[in-house]
Amino acid sequence: MNEARPPLELTIPVRAWDFLAGGDGAARVRQVLQQVGFPPAVIRRVAIATYEAEMNIVIHSQGGELKAQITPAVITIIARDTGPGIPDIDLAMQEGYSTAPREIQEMGFGAGMGLPNIRRCADELAIDSMPGKGTVIKIVIYNR
Amino acid sequence: MGYFHSVRLEEDKCKGCTNCIKHCPTEAIRVREGKARIIQERCIDCGECIRICPNHAKIAVGDGLEALDAYRYRVALPAPAFVSQFAGRADLEHILGALLTLGFDAVYEVALAAEVVARETRRYLDNYRGKKPLISPACPAVVGLIQVRFPSLVEQILPLVTPMDLAARLARREGVRATGLPPEAIGTFFLSPCPAKITAGRQPQEGMAGPDGVIPLAAIYGDIRQRLATAPSCPSRAGASGYGWGHSGGENASIGGRRLLEVDGIHHVIEVLTQIETGDFEDIDYIEAQACPGGCVGGALMVRNPYLARLELRQLTRELPAGRVDLPDPGGSLAMAPVQPRPALLLDADLATALEKMRRLEATQALLPGLDCGSCGSPNCRALAEDIVRGEAQDTDCVFVLRDRVRVLAEEVVELARKLPPSMAQPERGSDNETAGNSGASEFTGPGRGESPGPGG
Repeated sequence: MNEARPPLELTIPVRAWDFLAGGDGAARVRQVLQQVGFPPAVIRRVAIATYEAEMNIVIHSQGGELKAQITPAVITIIARDTGPGIPDIDLAMQEGYSTAPREIQEMGFGAGMGLPNIRRCADELAIDSMPGKGTVIKIVIYNR
Repeated sequence: MGYFHSVRLEEDKCKGCTNCIKHCPTEAIRVREGKARIIQERCIDCGECIRICPNHAKIAVGDGLEALDAYRYRVALPAPAFVSQFAGRADLEHILGALLTLGFDAVYEVALAAEVVARETRRYLDNYRGKKPLISPACPAVVGLIQVRFPSLVEQILPLVTPMDLAARLARREGVRATGLPPEAIGTFFLSPCPAKITAGRQPQEGMAGPDGVIPLAAIYGDIRQRLATAPSCPSRAGASGYGWGHSGGENASIGGRRLLEVDGIHHVIEVLTQIETGDFEDIDYIEAQACPGGCVGGALMVRNPYLARLELRQLTRELPAGRVDLPDPGGSLAMAPVQPRPALLLDADLATALEKMRRLEATQALLPGLDCGSCGSPNCRALAEDIVRGEAQDTDCVFVLRDRVRVLAEEVVELARKLPPSMAQPERGSDNETAGNSGASEFTGPGRGESPGPGG
């Protein structure tokens, strides 16, 4: 019967270069999961992955949105942006590889840990990127 | 449930305004039937509502001096910040001495116990290899905040005794030695700057028994002030570092070394805890977090301006040695049981049901204006949506939703009033795109209802 219920869906716009609001989306997802009562370990993984995906949009794109689809069994985060895309995904997945400009790195971001962190937290990760168009990252985390 | 709270409402004084509901860090207050009701499971006794209430309708209930009568030997445990309220009027020895004129037989400074706790904290940090940062357990409002709003951080609360509880243990032991009386004949009374400590002193806890009573500072402020001039002298045994715990930064200063961060004011504490949850601050070893502005000197039951009190406390203890070299033997382990979460904000115990409620909550919130005005008695639109989903409120509690319903209804009434029986109808009415039948009326109300979900636009 629970399977028949549609997932709870949250859509959160993310603005490029907005470092004051950057992180608010992940915080909102976390708050919703907490109030619903997911286990802290699951929430932590979702929150970290969502935060990294959100900051990727803030730092590297021209803006986009986070979409969270939540069911009792699985949490899916889809981060979609318009921007330069990722020319070499394998390279981008390497720890320490970053294309963030210097001023961003000086702010403490862009250490090349974003995607590797997401991979560590996610049960499934799919990256679909069109150079020059944008990137869609799909993160799946199971509640088990 | 069975949870004692010191913060209460004085109904007569409450005017039903919305100041307190909007400042409560756990959204624990609702205005119902013109009075601000506290949701007990959510309240952390931080005292923000006491501070903000323009009518002084929120109060903290603690023990009075009559509670001393139950014990044969009574020890006062003044909080480090306590003396700041009288500094400038008398020296430290006479401020402590004034307590002896109120019915206490002895004074045990919590500042002294704080020095023992600081030393133990230093040792704990030296050997700690777990998740960072650790968070100080000293402020019970912050501990409550973590239990209710940041349950994933409970494991980062330093599992050590607080200075208040340790002072109670040391004072009881000293009382037994001094009098030969059994421990139960010794009464220990914490003199509290805040409601959270009153509540903390009353909670049954594993490990270490706390004080036998907690007396709010405001309740004895006048008595002490009056007696300062004629008070006997009572020597201080604590050092300046112990007294430093009375203001923000003092706890960290007495622990020393390392990367220690201090934050004060509960809304600033919330910001820091939110960031710790996100994984920030991992390079910080320890966080001294205090709910009140300026730390305990800014306690909701303190009389003086917090910033003046901080200055006075520093000046009063300037002449003291930095710390005691021969600290008292703590008389047993200082370890405390881990703090447990208080999931008071959970929508439902069953996850699938909670998720369904969250979906309704999100949908309901989207229909509310987003002004967060508080007129409905809930602190903001999201909280009202939550109250609706919990079955404790309805959407027409929102004055804007209600107004819109009234408008739709009024338009229907006007439309109905235009209708004439066929025998009286004018032939030209049918010409301006409106049919004179019943079907025309229902078409008209359609768009009116359709507009109603978007009052925020």
